[in-house]
Amino acid sequence: MTARRTALDIAESVKTGALSATAVLEENLSAIAARESEVHAFNLVTAERARARAARIDADVKAGKSVGRLAGVTVALKDNMCTRGVETTCSSKILAGWKPPYDATVVRRLEEEGAVIVGKTNLDEFAMGSSTENSAFGPTRNPLDTTRVPGGSSGGSAAAVAAGFSTVSLGSDTGGSIRQPAALCGLVGVKPTYGMVSRQGLIAFGSSLDQIGPFATTVADAALLMEVIAGHDPLDSTSLPRAAPDLSAVLAQGVEGMRIGRITDMPEGSSPDVLARLDTAFDALRKAGATVVDVQIPSMSYGLTAYYLVAPAEASSNLARFDGVRYGLRVDAKDLNSMYATTRSAGFGDEVKRRIMLGTYALSAGYYDAYYGKALKVRRLIADDFAKAYQDCDVILTPTSPTVAFKFGDKTSNPLAMYLCDVFTIPTNLAGHAAMSVPFGTGEAGLPVGVQVLAPALGEATMFRVAAELERAV
Amino acid sequence: MSTERLIDGWELVVGLEVHVELATKTKLFSASANRFGDEPNTNIDPVTLGLPGALPVLNRHAVELAMRLGLALNCRVQPCTFHRKNYFYPDLPKAYQISQYDQPLNVDGWLMLPGEVRIGIERAHLEEDTGKSTHAGGAEGRIQGSDYSLIDFNRAGVPLVEIVSRPDIRTSEQAKQYVSELRSILLAVGASDAKMEEGSMRCDVNVSVHKPGTPFGTRCEIKNVNSIRSVGRAIEYEARRQIDLISSGGVVKQQTLHWDDASGRTNVLRTKEDADDYRYFLEPDLVPLVPDVAWVERIRAALPPLPAARRLALSKLTGAAIESEAVAVVVERGQDDYINAVATVGGDASRALVYVQQAFADEPSTPRVPAGDLAALSLLEKNAKVTATQAKTLLAELVANGGGDVLAMAKAKGFEAMDSGALESLVDQAIAADPDAWAKYKAGEHKAMGALVGAVMKLSTGKADGKAVTALLQTKASS
Repeated sequence: MTARRTALDIAESVKTGALSATAVLEENLSAIAARESEVHAFNLVTAERARARAARIDADVKAGKSVGRLAGVTVALKDNMCTRGVETTCSSKILAGWKPPYDATVVRRLEEEGAVIVGKTNLDEFAMGSSTENSAFGPTRNPLDTTRVPGGSSGGSAAAVAAGFSTVSLGSDTGGSIRQPAALCGLVGVKPTYGMVSRQGLIAFGSSLDQIGPFATTVADAALLMEVIAGHDPLDSTSLPRAAPDLSAVLAQGVEGMRIGRITDMPEGSSPDVLARLDTAFDALRKAGATVVDVQIPSMSYGLTAYYLVAPAEASSNLARFDGVRYGLRVDAKDLNSMYATTRSAGFGDEVKRRIMLGTYALSAGYYDAYYGKALKVRRLIADDFAKAYQDCDVILTPTSPTVAFKFGDKTSNPLAMYLCDVFTIPTNLAGHAAMSVPFGTGEAGLPVGVQVLAPALGEATMFRVAAELERAV
Repeated sequence: MSTERLIDGWELVVGLEVHVELATKTKLFSASANRFGDEPNTNIDPVTLGLPGALPVLNRHAVELAMRLGLALNCRVQPCTFHRKNYFYPDLPKAYQISQYDQPLNVDGWLMLPGEVRIGIERAHLEEDTGKSTHAGGAEGRIQGSDYSLIDFNRAGVPLVEIVSRPDIRTSEQAKQYVSELRSILLAVGASDAKMEEGSMRCDVNVSVHKPGTPFGTRCEIKNVNSIRSVGRAIEYEARRQIDLISSGGVVKQQTLHWDDASGRTNVLRTKEDADDYRYFLEPDLVPLVPDVAWVERIRAALPPLPAARRLALSKLTGAAIESEAVAVVVERGQDDYINAVATVGGDASRALVYVQQAFADEPSTPRVPAGDLAALSLLEKNAKVTATQAKTLLAELVANGGGDVLAMAKAKGFEAMDSGALESLVDQAIAADPDAWAKYKAGEHKAMGALVGAVMKLSTGKADGKAVTALLQTKASS
């Protein structure tokens, strides 16, 4: 991994003609040819489109045209982001073969800056899962140890970068789906403040929680990606009315004088190797001039419960459109209601069905107040607790995942054990805050451990300064 | 019966839910055209079709029209939110309708019916329309038993306002007046074209009966009531059904009914027990809509005069009764400003009202006939330069030609003015020619006047004004 070119290097070299976009792409395609059958990061590799794009960028460089901030940078896209004319499936049988007539805003922004999209990556069906084992098209393997999961739900996007199939990638994070696989694959992964990155063209799971964010091998690359994909989009009503933050500029600023929060009432269950790395991270920041302060988030342990009501409730509504009427799978039956039932029974996997049922139940008359209504209250409570904590600190550090990458099948038989993977990541989504995972050494079996930097809404600049410091300290 | 407050001792209690399509260029949440009658599935886009990843963006013009309507209905405009109403149906692309639930845009208004009957408006909220299903084969165009169904998504996402009245209506006549007045207001503020026959205005009627002084009875909701006349018929049918049911020992069950206009009956669509659970929750793809005070006041200030005020003004201007049909019809056509213009250039407003009511039904709110031309005609008639019949002929010609020189037209038709001196000599000739009739008339035999008037008309070759001749004969007889 040490010899890898970063997105910043590539863009700089391609711009000057020192390196061709085609050469960058071919390197990735060779890696894909060598290992994709083993890793299964992709649902679709768009090699020919990518070659045409790369050739075009090279031609533009030769012609002296400006080629953008991501010139020649290869990007893998989680297969829940719409790509015009290119199959977009959410790793679900119900959408197999569907080609969107439009690009997601993030896709448009990447391509406008010269990025080359290499393919659509595997995910837990409709982003519901923490291991990418829930894909209808088979699991993705962790390139660092193929007996283990890459995390999820953006496991394909994490694996693609970890395996050298693309320079960077995009995932979506509803409860930790970028940060947890980033941690398990040894990458930087960012969940931006809610509303920072447009959701237009992202196939919704939990609309009030979903955010798109980057995977990268360095904090600087993640910052660059953020600068390209963030910023107001009139096509997304929840998009914040502000420009993308300038993050590259703050990375060298250090953490001198910064207050780093340590949660004293943190949910239990993290493995010792992970906790040890977290302690080391606090030490590193202290050494760099920050102070560590104790904070409490009493509602944190309720986050999981609230999340597993709010997200399925929204999902039950978001996924109702997959009804066999207009697009995707249809399994014909004797009448309309039977057609709905046969189509959705055949089209959705078990985890998706489980969450649709959970969500439908939580919103039902007579249960709404006890479940969905109460979950919304917990959501506010969590935001309040964090707001209080952020009076005393600038960022908070936690593990990203309670453990390093686990083995296939370890948690598939027990949904609750799987849900616990996200105990540290979920509160950020409920509060609409920013958070990122930074690789910080290794734990059990030499596998990477991620440290999570939590920041308040719009706290990206502070968060990236801390992340950059941790990266320097490894 | 329709205006009776009590039917066999039972009082009718009616509330109306009226859906109107807003007259916007584009849909509530996307840029597709909001246009009736286009080729099916041409006004569509990813948002309209509920394609994965497509997000709604609220149409500001729709909000303005909804606010205009709310303010015209004396509502309070308030900060509001959107909810999802979840149910499966093929013409509902997302399987949820974006609507407003516990925080609607407009609340607590009222609408005044003739006779100062005030009907409360509970709310007037924004929501999106569904597509339109057509079921081929099978009975009554229902999906059950049909061979196949066709869906047109042109209507999906069209902005609607649902106006919910309080149960303040007590007779079927009031219900019809309510719908009619609401329609006039919609047209006046330009919020909708309010065409019931095209479905841009649709009524659901809630009907119950009770004995005065006792709590309201169980209500039934009647859907598919698509004309003002049907509103009256459906209510009367349903009231009678409920009264007969109770009188024979039965109990009214809360039901949703379907009005069948052809048979003049209601049929059960569903009962409360199998009502849908819509699982309303806050639409996470939209943010709260908080109309600032300045915006609301700007819209309030720009409201045009409303039908009630305009009827009052027209009544004052023309001397016609405020509840007269002429006043109602002309205001509804929006031609009251035109009559004002006729009066402003010196025309006779009272006659102008009659002309406009009778001859301008197919004209736009600003008729093609210049106000000056109609004023000239009204003065000719008022000053007895032409007879009422001649005026009618000239009016028809004005409308046909979109205006013209009335004096020249009258002359060309030989409708030249007959001065009083000439008329008097003709009257004298007629008396001289028939002294017998004159004697009888003077003796109080009024029938004898007919012969004399007829003689004058004959002598004048039809140019004399019958009324003027009669007046002259009366003057002569009493002198």
